[in-house]
Amino acid sequence: MEALGLDVLLNGTNALRLLGGLWVSVQVALISVLLSLPLGMLFGVFMTWKNPVAKVISRLYLEIVRIMPQLVLLFVVFFGATRVFGINISAELASIIVFTFWGTGEMGDLVRGALTSIPRHQYESAEALGLSKPQIYLQVIIPQAMRQLIPTSVNLITRMIKTTSLVMMIGVVEVMKVGQQIIEANRMVSPNAVFGIYGTILFLYFIVCWPLSMLASYLEKRWAVA
Amino acid sequence: MNVEAMVDYLPLFWEAMMLTLKIGWIGIAGSIVIGLVVALVDHFHVPVLRQVLRVYVEIFRNTPLLIQLFFIYFGLPRLGIPIGADVCGAVGLALHGGSYMAESFRSGLDAVSDVQRESALSLGLTRLQVMRYVVLPQAWALCFPSFVANIIFLLKETSVFSAISLMDLMFTAKDLIGLYYQTTECLVLLVIFYLIIILPVSIVGSVIERRLRYGSLGA
Repeated sequence: MEALGLDVLLNGTNALRLLGGLWVSVQVALISVLLSLPLGMLFGVFMTWKNPVAKVISRLYLEIVRIMPQLVLLFVVFFGATRVFGINISAELASIIVFTFWGTGEMGDLVRGALTSIPRHQYESAEALGLSKPQIYLQVIIPQAMRQLIPTSVNLITRMIKTTSLVMMIGVVEVMKVGQQIIEANRMVSPNAVFGIYGTILFLYFIVCWPLSMLASYLEKRWAVA
Repeated sequence: MNVEAMVDYLPLFWEAMMLTLKIGWIGIAGSIVIGLVVALVDHFHVPVLRQVLRVYVEIFRNTPLLIQLFFIYFGLPRLGIPIGADVCGAVGLALHGGSYMAESFRSGLDAVSDVQRESALSLGLTRLQVMRYVVLPQAWALCFPSFVANIIFLLKETSVFSAISLMDLMFTAKDLIGLYYQTTECLVLLVIFYLIIILPVSIVGSVIERRLRYGSLGA
């Protein structure tokens, strides 16, 4: 315990504080994911439109999301909003805005990929059988698209959870920041806290993301198009 | 916007970009090597080593780079191994990226159908020739899109280097904002410099991707 620096966790309320930090991370991740999934679906459908204006807009949005590091977006929103618009938003809100913006773009691209991967003859055969437009989508296209969409979007969710570690850099007191504070405070008493605390946080992220990754690859294999 | 100030900052941002690029590309090169080794070990079912590397891939793929860097940067000195921020950045990026690259290469190798392998063997090609002329070219074409996506992802991940006080673009921007309060100017420069780094990779990647698509069979 001593050598691993795990003793620090048991001192006072350290373990509780770390869990409190984790709760902040979970909140940011959960709200962003819950907002991104439906918005991403709408954006994905929007991206399949043939309208040239829609194409330019979605292309531009997607490129920003793909190219800009999430940390840069966090800085731009958190510091830029105050400077340019004079509004003071909290770091938590800025994080949720950025992750939702990013998640919606990525999710939209996954939805677009899933929709366009359905061969045309599926649409046409359904139409030839006399199905109406809503029936074609509800009973033919969406069930097939879901098989491709679910594994990839589970992967996206794990990426969003991992990326929440960045929000400490704009001053959100989440699990990483709390960990840092605990390590700093116990520097003299137990210098090995680095391993114990960071190890614990590493484990916390792993225990959340690993099962999701496993689920995604299981579903991918199970639903693979033969 | 204060253009004069932005011009003044240019050399600082340029230097920071060079550092980001240097450590970023060293890390990416390392991640490609690690990824190849892991994917080949997995592909040829090397006993024991395969399971060990599997654990490595799962751990590094399912935790954030930031915490990995903290672990290496603050942990290793406690074990008596002094490590500089730049080495730590490159090593951390290589290990983190290696796990992603391994997954991408592995899925490429797995996607080449057994029929291809068996046909080549029955034509009298040696195992090495099968690998060299049949499997690898197809696997390469198949995993290229995810390979480019990984490179872009890793270049983006370099932005967390500032947390271990490497003087990269993020660090410089943050530093200058703190010193002179030219927030908008610094943020604009930050965005521009990241575009300079990543946009060319994205464009070149999609051009090559389009050309490779002719090479893939049945697609």
